[in-house]
Amino acid sequence: MSFDVLLRYLPSLLSGFGVTVLCWSVGGALGMAVGFAVALLVRLPVPPLRWLLRAFVEIIRGTPFLLQLFLLYAGGPYLGLRLSATVAGVLGLALYSSAYFAEIFRGGFASVPRGQIEAATSVGMSPFDTLVRVSMPAALIAAVPPIVNLLIILSKETVVLSIITVPELMYQVQTMAAETFTAFDAIFAMAIFYWLLVEVVSRLGRRAEDRVTAYLAPEGARA
Amino acid sequence: MRPQVILHSLGYLTQAAGVTIAVSFAGILLGFALGASVCAARVSRSPWAQRLGGVYVSIFRGVPLLVLLLFIYYFLARVGLDVPALVAAVGGLALASGAYQAEILRGALNAVPRGQTEAAVALGFTSPEIWRRVLMPQMLRISVPPLINEFILLIKASSLVSVVGIAELTRVSMNIASMTYRPLEAYIGGGLFYLAINLVLAGFGALAERRLAAGSAR
Repeated sequence: MSFDVLLRYLPSLLSGFGVTVLCWSVGGALGMAVGFAVALLVRLPVPPLRWLLRAFVEIIRGTPFLLQLFLLYAGGPYLGLRLSATVAGVLGLALYSSAYFAEIFRGGFASVPRGQIEAATSVGMSPFDTLVRVSMPAALIAAVPPIVNLLIILSKETVVLSIITVPELMYQVQTMAAETFTAFDAIFAMAIFYWLLVEVVSRLGRRAEDRVTAYLAPEGARA
Repeated sequence: MRPQVILHSLGYLTQAAGVTIAVSFAGILLGFALGASVCAARVSRSPWAQRLGGVYVSIFRGVPLLVLLLFIYYFLARVGLDVPALVAAVGGLALASGAYQAEILRGALNAVPRGQTEAAVALGFTSPEIWRRVLMPQMLRISVPPLINEFILLIKASSLVSVVGIAELTRVSMNIASMTYRPLEAYIGGGLFYLAINLVLAGFGALAERRLAAGSAR
C-alpha cells in the first residue's frame, strides 16, 4: 500500500465517484419513473398494449446490460441517435432498470388486498384517488426492499459504463492502476467508495421502509 | 455476419449453457434457503438474531460478487482452506443472492395484512400453523415477481464464475470468438442462450404467480 499514490490520485478518483453517483442516481430515477409507468399501463384492459409492454420487459430483462449499452452507443448513430458517452450511459441504465422496476411495482400492486380497493370504490373514491391513497401506500410495503436491492445492484452495474468511456470510478481506477502499477491499491480504493455508497443507500432504504410501514401495527402483534 | 459460426459451435454452447444453468440453479436454491433463514432471523424476537441477519445482509449486499468469488477461491486457499472451484462458484452466488432474497422475503412478509395473523390467532391456530398455512403462502405469492427479477439477475451474474476457472456460457463464447475471429456471431450465440434461459424462467414465474394466486379470493 502506498498512500502517496492514493493521495495523488484522489482528485481524479473523487471526480470519478461523482460521475458514478450522478449516472446512477439519474439513471435509477428515470428507470423508476418509466418502470412505474409501465406497471400502471400494463393494468389497462388493452391487450395489444399489454403484450407490447410484456415483450419490452422480457427482452430487456433477458439480455445483458453490456449488449444494450453497445447497441445504444455504437448502434444509435445508424438511426440518427448520436449520444455522448455519459448520456448513453444514463439512458442505458434507465432503460435496463425500468424493466426490473416495472416487475417490482407490478408485484407490489398485486399484493394490495382486493378488499381495500373495493372499499375505496364503495366510499366513492375516484380511480386516481384510489391509486394514490390506497393502492400505492399498500404496494410500497412489498416494493421498498426489492427497490433498494435493485438500486444497489444498479450502483454496481455502473462499472460497465467504463467500457463506453464514461469517466466514472472504474475508469479512473483503471487509469490509476495502469499509470502507477498499483492494481491492489486502486481496487482497494474502489471497494471503499462502493461500500460507502451501498451503506448510504441501505440506510436511506431502511428509513423509507420505516416510513411506508409506519401505519402498520407494531411487530409485537405478530404470532 | 456468418451465422454458420453459431451453428458449428452449437455443441460447445449447449454444454456451456448446461454449466450456467446448473451453477445458477444450485446458487438460487441454496440462496433461497439462506435468504429464508436470514429473513426468519431478521423478523424473530431475539435482538441478537436480528442483528446477525442485518450484518449478513449488509456484508453480502455490499461486497461485489467478483470480490466475493475471488476471496472464497484464492484467499481461503491461502489460509489453508482449499475450496474446489465449483463449490466456490455455487457458494459465492448463494451467499450474495441470499442477502437479496432475504430482503425480498422480508418485504413480502410485511405486506401480508396484519389482520390475517390476528384472525388465525383468534381461530386458535398455533404459531407453526400460522406460518405454514397463513403467512407463508401469501408471502410467497407477493414475492414471486421480485424473486424472478433476482433469479434472472443471478443467471446473468453467473458469468463472473469464470474467474474461478469454470467454463460457463460467457467464457465459452469468448473462447469461440477467439478461435473463429468472429466475435459478433459468438456473442450473439451466447446471448441467445441467455435470452432463452431467462424467458423460460420468466414463464415459470408467470405460471407460479397464477398458481399461487388461485388460492386467494379474487
